[in-house]
Amino acid sequence: MRPVTGFLQRWSLFFGAVVLWELAARLAEDPFFPPPTTILQTAGQLWFSGPAGHLLLTGSVFNDILPSLGRVFGGWLIAVLVGVGLGTFLGRSKTGMDYVGPLFAFMRAVPPPTLVPVFLVLFSIGTPMKLATIVFGSVWPILLNTVDGVRSVSTTQRETAESFRTPKAYWVTMVVLPAALPKIFAGLRLSLSLALILMVVSEMVGATDGIGYQLIFAQQRFDFPAMWAWIVLLGVLGYGLNALLLAVERRMLDWQPTRGAARAQTTGA
Amino acid sequence: MATMLEVNGLNHRYGSGESEHVAVRDLTFTVETGQLACIVGPSGCGKSTLLRCISGLIRPSDGEVRLHGDEVDGVPEDLAVVFQDYSRSLFPWLSVRQNVEFPLRWKKLSRAERRERAVEALEWVGLPGVGNKYPWQLSGGMQQRVSIARALARRPALLLMDEPFASVDAQTRFELEDLLRTVQVKHGSTILLVTHDIDESVYLGDRVLVLSKSPASIVADLPVELPAERDQIATRASSAFVSMRSEVAKLLHGSGTAGPVTAEGAPAAEDAPEAEQARADLTEADAAEQANTAGEPASKPH
Amino acid sequence: MRPIYRNLAGLIAFLGVWEAAVRLGLINDQYVPPASVVLTRTVELLGQEDFLRDVIASMLAWAIAMLAAIGIAVPAGLLLGSLPGLRTATTAIVEFLRPIPSVALIPLAILVIGGGPESKIALAIYASVWPILYNTIYAFTEIDPLLIDTARSCGAKRGRVLASVALPHAAPFVFTGIRMSAAVALILVVSTEFIAGASTGIGRFILDATSGGGRMDLVLAGTIVAGLLGYLVNDGLERLGGRLFRWHAATTTEAV
Repeated sequence: MRPVTGFLQRWSLFFGAVVLWELAARLAEDPFFPPPTTILQTAGQLWFSGPAGHLLLTGSVFNDILPSLGRVFGGWLIAVLVGVGLGTFLGRSKTGMDYVGPLFAFMRAVPPPTLVPVFLVLFSIGTPMKLATIVFGSVWPILLNTVDGVRSVSTTQRETAESFRTPKAYWVTMVVLPAALPKIFAGLRLSLSLALILMVVSEMVGATDGIGYQLIFAQQRFDFPAMWAWIVLLGVLGYGLNALLLAVERRMLDWQPTRGAARAQTTGA
Repeated sequence: MATMLEVNGLNHRYGSGESEHVAVRDLTFTVETGQLACIVGPSGCGKSTLLRCISGLIRPSDGEVRLHGDEVDGVPEDLAVVFQDYSRSLFPWLSVRQNVEFPLRWKKLSRAERRERAVEALEWVGLPGVGNKYPWQLSGGMQQRVSIARALARRPALLLMDEPFASVDAQTRFELEDLLRTVQVKHGSTILLVTHDIDESVYLGDRVLVLSKSPASIVADLPVELPAERDQIATRASSAFVSMRSEVAKLLHGSGTAGPVTAEGAPAAEDAPEAEQARADLTEADAAEQANTAGEPASKPH
Repeated sequence: MRPIYRNLAGLIAFLGVWEAAVRLGLINDQYVPPASVVLTRTVELLGQEDFLRDVIASMLAWAIAMLAAIGIAVPAGLLLGSLPGLRTATTAIVEFLRPIPSVALIPLAILVIGGGPESKIALAIYASVWPILYNTIYAFTEIDPLLIDTARSCGAKRGRVLASVALPHAAPFVFTGIRMSAAVALILVVSTEFIAGASTGIGRFILDATSGGGRMDLVLAGTIVAGLLGYLVNDGLERLGGRLFRWHAATTTEAV
């Protein structure tokens, strides 16, 4: 019985809110705020009314959603590689951050969308422009958190590794990176949500396909149910990607006492 | 008996000019193969610095250290160190067995041999069957056993121990002391152990080196006239133990500050400040690093 | 070498590489003008009244959004943090609303609220509520029971425990949330101006520079000013946090 009541506790208010929205939207008949059922119907038509050969998926799934997802993942993965790599190097170097620290802090504060015009002329309209925007916008939290995490290796840990003549490769992969991992993951989560935002922005400003493009296109056509469908899709994507990353994090940071203890007590809640 | 460790005219200074601080002054001694030698000295006298010089973790300002005749320059291949702070010395992200296997990874051993050695070392320290746990799931004393196992698994020619039992409770300390002696006798290991605790040095050692207060220099080098087989109650009550203990205490008093010895002869109350003081010997940067890592990560990001 | 000199050396090296790359023709100067030109333009801009008006408009929108976000998120976080039942009930809603990329709401905001400053303020509030809310809830749920017990054992009543133990404990976390939100809010204000074409603001300025024959020097100068503002806000809050919560480690270490 416990899981059932837990489920109800968790979701009843959520579904209550959705039902309330439905009722309010039907009563108000405001074109800007279509009821959830209409949005759901539109979403079904937009994405799931395709031929059976494509598992009922429509062209929009292949032409807009998948390219957008590709950009998010592509850009984010590049940002992860650059951020963790450079961050590890700078974090272990004594003076490296002195040279680039303020510069990076400034870069992080730059609103990435304003650089879209620059990337647009540099790379012209296309995927490289969007990748550049996503990488530039999402690399900083990873980089700065990696630097911080790498520095959290304690003197004792360093001396222990040194006293065993730990070769460099083992030192980095088995001591430095695991020690930095909790901080790195905090950065990864933030940067993933930034990558999603920047995917949308770059597609709104300069694209002929993608979720952001379709969203702004639906608005310009005054097709409000479609606009809402794209917004909801972005919410679902944001939720899903974050949940995915959290699951990976939970697995990889299994060794942390607080996590282990929490897991032991709540059995996977 | 062959000589395992030779320390000749060792000096170490931190800083330069006005801020110069001499941590170790003109130390000369040897440790024979198969011997368990204890170095006892007052708080903050430079014991940790000495140990780091011997292990090759820091390069001494002057003098030389030889391990089985080879000059120490960087950490030697066949040396292992057990640190006081087991909670930091064990890597929390590795399971107990992975921790013990860690220093064997870059030795020419097959995976099976490596695992076998780890299992064996854990048995030596009386911890069979905990290999798959993470360090935090074990008590403090068990964690320190794991770090001893990790050091032994490397089969070191010399085992250095820096206040290894200073952070565990008195009962566990007795157990670990006996464990160390058993392991040492059984494997004929050569061990150099640094402590601030007079009782511990006498109880454990085949020999006690008494250090002066900072800068550390040797005040006395005393053989311990106790039977090889020791017992926490009988040995500590024996007249040989008691007289040796007061001799060491007098030597420490004579050199200024003394390690406190309680009336019952029980080891002095565990003193964390001593560890802090020893750490103060380290460079400023290191101290800052320590301070930084003490803080918990800030807050959850969204 | 003192760190401050290294800071300057790094900055100068970056500008030097930029300048050289453009001058040597590695980068088309139509696309990215040399550093010297962009910096000159930045200084010129800071002396222009029109541009300063844009800066003030953006900062004002930012300040209003921050105040509103704090006003909403801190009490809400306090409530959710101290009432576990309510927290469980709202988790699904919060977890669903939080990850919606705030920019996805830009088209909606323009339609419903219009192109005025209300749009960017509303979006900035939406984006900056979450970090504060999250940190506030976290602070109240993670409070060490030992602290509460200590206060209780000293005879403190419920209200007193809240005021003298729970709030001071939570304050640094809440502050960290505010600092994170400040950066997010500024980015959102400028982005909305840029994407939606508000009537004034730095983002609007950059948009005009883009469309008006592609004055990339102005685009970059505007971006630098926006970045500087963000940097100063973050740095100022960091210093303030360090001063207010000297006893707490959370403010000195960056969790984000």
